[in-house]
Amino acid sequence: MEAKEIHETLKGRLPEAVLEFRTDTMDPIIVIEPAHIQAVVTFLRDDPALRFEMLQLVTGVDWRDRFEVVYHLTSLTHGHRIALKAVLPHDNPHIASVAGIFPTANWHERETYDLMGIVFDGHPDPRRIFMPDDWEGHPLRKDYVFPDAYHGIPGNFEG
Amino acid sequence: MVETLRTEEILVNMGPQHPSTHGVLRILLKTDGEWVREAHPYIGYLHRCKEKIGENVTYIQFTPYTDRLDYLGAVNNNVGWAMAVERLAKIEVPPRAAWLRVLGCELNRIASHLLSYGTFGMEAGAFTPFFYGFRERETLLSIFDKLCGARLTYHYGRIGGVMRDLSPDMAADIRAFLDDMERKWVEYNDLLSDNEIFIHRTANVGVIPAELAIAYGLTGPPLRGSGVAHDIRRAEPYACYDQLDWEVCIGCGLKGTVGDTWDRYWVRMLEILQSVKICRQVLDGLPDGPYQAKVPRVLKVPANEVYFRTEAPRGELAFYLISDGTDKPWRCRIRGPSFCNLSILQEIVRDCLLADAVMIVGSIDVVMGEVDR
Repeated sequence: MEAKEIHETLKGRLPEAVLEFRTDTMDPIIVIEPAHIQAVVTFLRDDPALRFEMLQLVTGVDWRDRFEVVYHLTSLTHGHRIALKAVLPHDNPHIASVAGIFPTANWHERETYDLMGIVFDGHPDPRRIFMPDDWEGHPLRKDYVFPDAYHGIPGNFEG
Repeated sequence: MVETLRTEEILVNMGPQHPSTHGVLRILLKTDGEWVREAHPYIGYLHRCKEKIGENVTYIQFTPYTDRLDYLGAVNNNVGWAMAVERLAKIEVPPRAAWLRVLGCELNRIASHLLSYGTFGMEAGAFTPFFYGFRERETLLSIFDKLCGARLTYHYGRIGGVMRDLSPDMAADIRAFLDDMERKWVEYNDLLSDNEIFIHRTANVGVIPAELAIAYGLTGPPLRGSGVAHDIRRAEPYACYDQLDWEVCIGCGLKGTVGDTWDRYWVRMLEILQSVKICRQVLDGLPDGPYQAKVPRVLKVPANEVYFRTEAPRGELAFYLISDGTDKPWRCRIRGPSFCNLSILQEIVRDCLLADAVMIVGSIDVVMGEVDR
């Protein structure tokens, strides 16, 4: 199935969830309303014509004025794949967790929270995954400033 | 009397310093005697901020960093990154370079699986397969040394092509190695695959059903070991894989259940033979021409985004690259296959013996470099 058809099938079933269909990028992207992410992802997984059984990646992107969470899904049955994007406000970004629908998302969402600071509501295990538990800040953000010291270990070595 | 003995659950740390965790991985095991009730992996000990570095160096400067993701499959990482950038920058790679990339990737796959074979045998307590596997691996590392000057972090795949051309004597060395590898594979098989103790340690242990494997985003030998015939070289061919004749290897429960530890090991063994087959075809059919395209010194990539995936030795290695028109990426997201493959540990290592836990971790074959990045 082509990306356009996937978009039309999704829009036909959940019209309030689909905001935009972008074809200007290398891979087509369906921009969805963050509040409906769980419904969208469940439909994409379970609909027989779509059958996106595998979630490949959950990414957080910091555009300085907004955050985006990008989901890449693949169908092993039909061989097609699609990317979903949800745009979140820059201060206090929240989105529902899809870890209950795709267990892969568990670790990917923990990583996105740890490094980007996007909070996934309803995540079964909302802790940091790479950084120590008492680390302050979210390192992959564009405005992140590395701390001067961590428990006495010096940080910045500028100058 | 035994039933009334008071036992306690003990928390045992496996790692981060441990010979069987394939790197700096810490697994917290809740044990009840010899039985592991729960396993909780803790990662991040090898986190080197690759994605942050990717935003601060140029595309060309980032290529050596990709070697060190899955450091046992360095050429695969290079090629994945280079092809993602080439998609965005619309760089056309000459055919000879594409074929040489496949040669590099498949030889690297053999090296990676040989190491996996050796260490997996060692985890079962068999020390000899390690030396046998490393004997062939040593020949391969010498070949890579001749080809690109390094034994582990090759930096062979570059944006626009490959680092160096293949000379006739290197090709002769590789052919000699491939012939030798096929003979030695029979030895490896005799040594480990049908060994009764090995089968007892691996058959019916750590069974991952196909649906669970797909739900957890497993790719590579762990997914194919569960019987799912999904290989990106077949599903979305890149370089010249669609012009070559080879088979996707899956596990069929030959010694136990489909998706057990033995099946995952067997998929890797079969893949060594398939890689030998591919390398021979590449050497026979290598087209003439340049081995690198003209790439500007300052490579500015137009603003766009791409998700490009390759089949690395451990599974689907993908780069989600967002460019913003400058010479540095905006977002350089790396999907390391071992990250998803490792996440299944919590689900699978439950109510099994401690020895089985070690075998399961070994059969998933993670490299912490791409888990933590």
